[in-house]
Amino acid sequence: METYTALRAFADSWHLLFMFLFFIGMVIFIFRPGSRKVHDETANMIFRNDDRPQAPSSDDEDRPRGRTESEAR
Amino acid sequence: MWEVMKLGGLGLLILYGALGTGLARDEAFLAHSVIILLVASGLFLWQLRRWGEPAPVVDETVYMDGVIRAGVIATAFWGVVGFAAGVFIALQLAWPQLNFEWAQGYLNFGRLRPLHTSAVIFAFGGNALIATAFYVVQRTSAARLWGGNLAWFVFWGYQIFIVMAAVGYILGSTQGQEYAEPEWLPDLWLTVVWLAFLAVFLGTLVRRREKHIYVANWFYLAFIVTVAMLHVVNNIALPVSIWGSRSVPVWSGVQSAMIQWWYGHNAVGFFLTAGFLGMMYYFIPKQAERPVYSYKLSIIHFWALIFLYIWAGPHHLHYTALPDWAQTLGMTFSIMLWMPSWGGMINGLMTLSGAWDKLRTDPVIRMMVVAVGFYGMATFEGPMMSIKTVNALSHYTDWTIGHVHSGALGWNGMITFGALYYLVPKLWQREGLYSLRLVSWHFWLATIGIVLYAAAMWVTGIMEGLMWREVDAQGFLVNSFADTVAAKFPMYVVRALGGGMFLLGAVIMCYNLWKTVTSVGVKRPAGAAVPAE
Repeated sequence: METYTALRAFADSWHLLFMFLFFIGMVIFIFRPGSRKVHDETANMIFRNDDRPQAPSSDDEDRPRGRTESEAR
Repeated sequence: MWEVMKLGGLGLLILYGALGTGLARDEAFLAHSVIILLVASGLFLWQLRRWGEPAPVVDETVYMDGVIRAGVIATAFWGVVGFAAGVFIALQLAWPQLNFEWAQGYLNFGRLRPLHTSAVIFAFGGNALIATAFYVVQRTSAARLWGGNLAWFVFWGYQIFIVMAAVGYILGSTQGQEYAEPEWLPDLWLTVVWLAFLAVFLGTLVRRREKHIYVANWFYLAFIVTVAMLHVVNNIALPVSIWGSRSVPVWSGVQSAMIQWWYGHNAVGFFLTAGFLGMMYYFIPKQAERPVYSYKLSIIHFWALIFLYIWAGPHHLHYTALPDWAQTLGMTFSIMLWMPSWGGMINGLMTLSGAWDKLRTDPVIRMMVVAVGFYGMATFEGPMMSIKTVNALSHYTDWTIGHVHSGALGWNGMITFGALYYLVPKLWQREGLYSLRLVSWHFWLATIGIVLYAAAMWVTGIMEGLMWREVDAQGFLVNSFADTVAAKFPMYVVRALGGGMFLLGAVIMCYNLWKTVTSVGVKRPAGAAVPAE
């Protein structure tokens, strides 16, 4: 079979099915039980770490958190 | 070893540029050779003088904001340049005498139009996207940019690409494909820069300290990956000579047209939409100080948008040699795009629910909301124009230009201005903006300017579409082409006026941002430590 015909046949059958199932699966996945907590937490993540990166281990809380002037350019 | 390799690479570039200045087959390539020679020699000397210096210590506990500051400046600068070029060519259309005799072949409409489109899309929009992508990916990953100075390479490399492309257009080097005008040499360079951009972005995501990848990053990543793919496929071409700017495209005939509009429409879909949606999903919640309305909707928005957009290109080729089924496919997918587009618009607007009062007091958020409004309007108009019967009237008329500008000025322009107003006080650690009054002035000038622009183009577009198809009782065409040109004059003047107002607004923004950096007090770091969650 010619390459064009083969690719076309693949695109409008198996690949179409794959994309369709992927999309449906994605929708089902995001409505899974317990997803609300994850999504609320993710949606609010932008409100932290505004000024500096998180320390490698995030439990050493007593490091000074002010912004240093010596920022490497 | 690394230093020797860098010097060697720069040496080869110097050799190529130097030979190019002698062997260049056309003016544009000569100019490109001079640019390569100057930049590579400068870098070579700079590298040589730093020979043996110890590598600077990088402070991993701060974000890399220098490159973002540079990106913000570049965005504002190229914005004004691009808008000014647009106003000038709008005036040239109204008064053709502005195609000066002494500048014929350099500054006439045909040469300046790609300069305008590339300056606003790639220089203004591209710099805004790169700068905000670097900002957002660091904050949402809680990690410093990966790759050290690679981010600076992306920034400067991109500026060099812009200058090469712009100089090429003026001197007549173009592939003649819309939004893909640069010839093979700038194209190759952009590929290198873009892969570096992808590496920096991905590297930072990999190093993230947050568990989840925030949705804005998904949009940015889709934008970077897809633009890389589009750019490479649409620009596969064989140079006639490595000392000349001409090249011969590999694609031909209707395949070439289809690939060009697959590229062209997805430049709109992924460069001007997905990337800017990344901005929307970060800066609107930040400015409104509320999380995005529905995180679930944002995920559906993302997948639906990238699944559908990629198929919509054929609507640029209605009633051409493209097979009918492909035209219908493009039209169908364009109409389906209504769904994710409006889902995204609703998500952006509803983020303000419970905080609508901010619209009264905060002109920056007003700007962002109007941007999302224009996004909804342009993504309503676009699918409508892709319907074949509507397209029969609208295609090749100024309606298309009006549509593009309500999207570009309204959506891309306004959301970028909003992001710049947000970013400058943050990046330079200022208390706030210099003047909110000036932001209001900018807002109204830009909004009224866009309305004038879009309204003028609707009127003139529909008018010329109707004039072209008007036939008399015997079936002869009533109007000559020149009749339509004459009839369009008043609308062209209004369009130039609208564009001029938009440009004036941008100049006011530059002044405001400049004063913010130079005369607003430095923000004190918050005293109390805020524990990370």
